[in-house]
Amino acid sequence: MSTLIEVKDLKKYFTVPKGLLHAVDGVNFKIDEGKTLGVVGESGCGKSTMGRLLVHLHEATSGSIYFDGKDITNLSGNELKSIRKDMQMIFQDPYSSLNPRMSVSELIGEPLRIYKMCSSKEEYRARVKELMDTVGLAERVYDSYPHELDGGRRQRIGVARALALNPRFIVCDEPVSALDVSIQAQILNLLMDLQESRNLTYMFITHDLSVVKHISDDIVVMYLGNLVETAPAKRLFTNTYHPYTKALLSAIPIPDLHVEHKRVELKGELTSPINPKPGCRFAKRCPYAKDLCFSKTPELEEVESSHFVSCHYVREINSL
Amino acid sequence: MEDKKVLLDIRNLTVQYKTRKGTVEAVNNIDLCVNKGETIGLVGETGAGKTTTALAIMGLLPVPPAVIPNGEIFFDGEDLLLKPEKEMRKIRGGKISMIYQDPMTALNPIMTVGDQIVEMIVLHDRCSAAEAQTKACEILEMVGIPAVRFSEYPHQFSGGMKQRVVIAIALACNPSLLIADEPTTALDVTVQAQVMEMMNKLKRELDTAMILITHDLGIVAEICDKVAIMYAGEIIEYGTAEDIFDNHRHPYTEGLFGSIPNLEEDQDRLSPIPGLMPDPTTLPEGCNFAERCPYAKPECSRGAVMTSRLSKTHVCRCIMAEKEV
Repeated sequence: MSTLIEVKDLKKYFTVPKGLLHAVDGVNFKIDEGKTLGVVGESGCGKSTMGRLLVHLHEATSGSIYFDGKDITNLSGNELKSIRKDMQMIFQDPYSSLNPRMSVSELIGEPLRIYKMCSSKEEYRARVKELMDTVGLAERVYDSYPHELDGGRRQRIGVARALALNPRFIVCDEPVSALDVSIQAQILNLLMDLQESRNLTYMFITHDLSVVKHISDDIVVMYLGNLVETAPAKRLFTNTYHPYTKALLSAIPIPDLHVEHKRVELKGELTSPINPKPGCRFAKRCPYAKDLCFSKTPELEEVESSHFVSCHYVREINSL
Repeated sequence: MEDKKVLLDIRNLTVQYKTRKGTVEAVNNIDLCVNKGETIGLVGETGAGKTTTALAIMGLLPVPPAVIPNGEIFFDGEDLLLKPEKEMRKIRGGKISMIYQDPMTALNPIMTVGDQIVEMIVLHDRCSAAEAQTKACEILEMVGIPAVRFSEYPHQFSGGMKQRVVIAIALACNPSLLIADEPTTALDVTVQAQVMEMMNKLKRELDTAMILITHDLGIVAEICDKVAIMYAGEIIEYGTAEDIFDNHRHPYTEGLFGSIPNLEEDQDRLSPIPGLMPDPTTLPEGCNFAERCPYAKPECSRGAVMTSRLSKTHVCRCIMAEKEV
């Protein structure tokens, strides 16, 4: 299997009045073609910034992004336009990501028009209808406007727009978190079916751990711009090593009365990512933190095959 | 049931919104009973009528367009719907208070958090400003915010802290009923866990009854004694947590559980409920869920569906409920 996306030491700093905000701070990962990488973390941990960096909605401060072996970090102009055709994004909020003045067909057809994909009006109309059919939108909403539709249908428009140019890679930034559970399940099934039929590669950003486990092949857990643990999806839930991941998993309420809850309670909330001090970003909330954690930044190390953890004391804590 | 005192008793409540496009039947003939100190989870999707029910109890429905053609809401033996506005103002915040979904917009941005709590106390209790201030500090400490932050403004707090402030305001006058409308939806999981833990503890200490509105069955499993599942303005299944989680009967409840990705087991596909909730301006005849129901039969769309009582605590609005046993 070939690697489609590779990210090396990717950094994104934002300049804010108080200094530099380290949104993404030295991240490395790979995504194989046809696979899904789940990115989890709490709000403010940099997961959306990372997704936006990949599709060039933000410019990286340093580091490099490879798409199909080609360095795309510093592309611009026509080169960027042509690569964007292969990389699309589905946005979080189907209420604000669609132009309220455009009809469903205009919204879905917009990418086709921009990239001049269709030679005739008939072809354009046929293509839009085909896309609507793919994502399960009835033909009668062809001329409707977004405000006439519910959240689930709107998100289907978002999916159709992303699919319009036959991309190979889609960044899904919390595509289901604004939806009700029954609708959420419909969209998740749709995304998985599309992946199977079109061999799509996804980066799936979410804060919902049960969703991410369901849809991902590999998962990376982010905390304040750093990756703290990366592992194959199933392994992460059975062999959880990083103290933050443990806390995160134990915090999920489980809809079952008979599950024993051993909750690792975390004190406090995320610390500020502005001008961070050296040391582990999680140290302040970590129940196992020692002096070393406050002075030296831990690196990701391979604890088991393809399971990486960044913690100085991972072996002690888990008695490995 | 008899040994606990009934605090809130909703009988046959219907709420409609009269709009230009027709009458929206938001809540249809619901019955709900809350005992003292009990926690009830009100579960359902967007548009199921959960928030409308809560606003009806609070007397905060926007009138017009809202109308209540029939129904009674007994609180401590008195019908809230017959109370004049002046009395409702005393009950609201004093005896029944509500926590809103979004802590970011529920607080006044140009008032310090301390003053917002004091405001509540001064309105309801006859006490001096100094006394109110001392009490407000105590409450802040109780929800886990150091009292030194009394004179800070909401923007200086994080989301979790703001929600704690909102909870502090709601609990300031020691209400006997707390309505929490999706109190943790806007929060991250680790913070959600902290807030839920705290609410659970306070509820036990103060012996407050609670109606928890949510769509997260996980939270319900953790803190609710009883659960009511709402769909298209009706309570379609109601029972103790055990009844609903281990022994649910309604196909919609089953569908809700099938839609949640399971963390414990592996599954290849979710089994969502096909279709969408019916348009509340034109509800179908018979069972509202029939269109999406995998077990639907012709008789489901004929005539009103009666609620069947499956056990002392468990009721379900489905014609198949008893037959499937």
